[in-house]
Amino acid sequence: MKVMAQIAMVMNLDKCIGCHTCSVTCKQTWTNRPGVEYVWFNNVETRPGQGYPRRYEDQGRWRGGWRLTRRGRLTPRAGGRLRKLATIFANPLMPSIQDYYEPWTYDYETLTTAPLSGDVPVAAPRSLISGEPVKIGWSANWDDDLGGDPTPDPVLERLSEQVRMEFEQAYMFYLPRICEHCLNPSCVASCPSGALYKRAEDGIVLVDQDRCRGWRMCVTGCPYKKVYFNHKTGKAEKCTFCYPRVEVGLPTVCSETCVGRLRYLGVLLYDADRVTEAASVPDERDLYEAQLGLFVDPHSPAAESAGLPADWLEAARRSPLYDLIVRYRIALPLHPEYRTLPMVWYVPPLSPVVDALSTTGHDGEAAANLFAAIDALRIPIGYLAELFTAGDPAPVTDALRRLAAMRSYMRAVNLGEQPVLPDVGLPEDDLAAMYRLLALARYDERYVIPTAYGNVPGVVEEGGCSLDYDGGPGMQGPFGEASGRPVPVSIENFHGLKERQTSDEVTRDRVNLLNWDGRGTPAGLFPPRRRSS
Amino acid sequence: MSYAESLLWTVTPYVTLVIFVGGLIWRYRYDKFGWTTRSSQLYESPLLRVASPLFHYALIFVIVGHVTGLLIPISWTDAVGVSNETYHANALIWGGLAGVATLVALALLIYRRRTNGPVFLATTVNDKVMYLVLAASIVAGVVTTVAGFVPSEVSYRTTVAPWFRSVFALRPDVEAMGHASGLYKLHTLIGMALFVLFPFSRLVHALSAPLGYLFRPYIVYRSRSDGAPRRPGWGRVRQNRPL
Repeated sequence: MKVMAQIAMVMNLDKCIGCHTCSVTCKQTWTNRPGVEYVWFNNVETRPGQGYPRRYEDQGRWRGGWRLTRRGRLTPRAGGRLRKLATIFANPLMPSIQDYYEPWTYDYETLTTAPLSGDVPVAAPRSLISGEPVKIGWSANWDDDLGGDPTPDPVLERLSEQVRMEFEQAYMFYLPRICEHCLNPSCVASCPSGALYKRAEDGIVLVDQDRCRGWRMCVTGCPYKKVYFNHKTGKAEKCTFCYPRVEVGLPTVCSETCVGRLRYLGVLLYDADRVTEAASVPDERDLYEAQLGLFVDPHSPAAESAGLPADWLEAARRSPLYDLIVRYRIALPLHPEYRTLPMVWYVPPLSPVVDALSTTGHDGEAAANLFAAIDALRIPIGYLAELFTAGDPAPVTDALRRLAAMRSYMRAVNLGEQPVLPDVGLPEDDLAAMYRLLALARYDERYVIPTAYGNVPGVVEEGGCSLDYDGGPGMQGPFGEASGRPVPVSIENFHGLKERQTSDEVTRDRVNLLNWDGRGTPAGLFPPRRRSS
Repeated sequence: MSYAESLLWTVTPYVTLVIFVGGLIWRYRYDKFGWTTRSSQLYESPLLRVASPLFHYALIFVIVGHVTGLLIPISWTDAVGVSNETYHANALIWGGLAGVATLVALALLIYRRRTNGPVFLATTVNDKVMYLVLAASIVAGVVTTVAGFVPSEVSYRTTVAPWFRSVFALRPDVEAMGHASGLYKLHTLIGMALFVLFPFSRLVHALSAPLGYLFRPYIVYRSRSDGAPRRPGWGRVRQNRPL
């Protein structure tokens, strides 16, 4: 047994209002540069819907993730090593920019330069790829709030015809997505250069920008389509789990700015030796249980003797994730059938069930009514099961029943009634603790993040950094755009954010990030340059 | 042979070598971030999926042909019983096929680059110069391959190849090269220009052919501190500026 630690995330979908604040702040932080205009490390999808990129869950077409060979061994669905090298000159399974969406801007200049006429001048949309006028027909959240036709949803396609017809009236919820930072990442396995790697200390999956050679196999390998190709630098980029923030104990930007406070961050311990074994169980529906079996109880002797830093072990013991995933079993992995063992888990939404009950005139908070409704509303259960448990309705039903039990129990407590404790496998104390974690938990209860590896002196500093770097990434070098050294991201984030988070002073020269174009260094955006003696 | 020409075949190969090797070392140290294929597949895929594999696979044949032609002396093929005529017939057929395939694929790739708006926008001056030299060397190569079969021509096996080998023995056989036809000399010169350009263009991605992928485990773990330069907290912050 080899115990390793991972900083993972749980999102409580009941609380997501689909405001896209996480997407926007993430974009402002990481992808507001030329070459990644179309890239959203964090995006929020309305379910049912096609998702972003379009129909990414259709692995019959995109062939992401892993599959089992006839002999029961894991192999990337898009093909093994020889096949990857044979198709390296043009990746046959890569989504085009149209599958994401063609990014655009508006021709704002005409608003001020148009000659005087009877008509109001219009800022026409222009493609950021070709510079030509473009007709906007698709984007990252085009089918927001069922704004589009949800029937091309690949998850919906697996449900029966009749269910699909009724679906639109029955159920709708939001699914925020980031990189899953999987235990068995198929993007890492797909990279011919070995540029993608999983960090041994915290499990964050990153792209080494100096080693990436732009073969694009990772884009195909990731079944969640969360590795992107920067078309200006010719390198792969992906969600970094905001590692410069996490290293200093701050939550990711998407978590920090989440309006609904639905994200939880914490350490999970897992047995690295059994990862391949768990990912290759024959039945897809056993993958959820197999992954649960990998997690190591932080209070066990095995965790104690694993040689982890004391503050990491302590963080693992206080981890809200261990409670949500293992103890209460209300969080589920997204698409375990891809066999990547994802590490961003979701508490399935109960509110649509409550809503459906209330509109029929029933008491939507009574346990008996809720339990009957969960069993009767096969449509949402079937859909959620396709998302979270490879189609097995039992774990979804159990999770929703526990949420329903908590709801009715807490109502009884608050009304001073004698609570009837439904049999959901959780004692009274746990229901109360679960309520506290889901409803009231404060910042430091939701985000339990140990700082980087015992703060060894010097490790937070990157060599060769500079803040006053003209042009920044995307600048035109002699060998194509963005050649030369990239700006070290940890400097930008570490100094800038840490100072803003922890200083007592109010910053006088505030920069409005919303109208900063990503170029140059406006005063007040970065900490003052330190003159070296 | 004039003094100038013998100087040409003595000095330029070494200048080329120094620029090629030195340039690669310098580029690798200075510009790992810019060392990439700079793929344009995201903009346009259908044409690329035909032209790019055709170009690269044909080019591998061409490279293998060059290595055989330049490094294997006539005496070796004679020793294994392959006559000079059989050798040349094979070289013409396979070399000619590979050369024409490369040329056709390159034409397709350049057509794609010129006519597809986003791809053309992403083309730098550096790329254009590289395409020019690459196309010129391939055209000259195909012409010499075809012309090489005309019996009156002096074979490269007795002219260019001995000179090429002698360059690495540090005793350039200028006499042998002097007997080569003008076409071969032109192709050699353009080839050297391509090698001079190589470290400073996107061609460097050829050296990153990821053969190590075949031998490594699928999942790569790395420690946070791996490869990160360490410096003490009181050390000088090094300024890295492009150029």
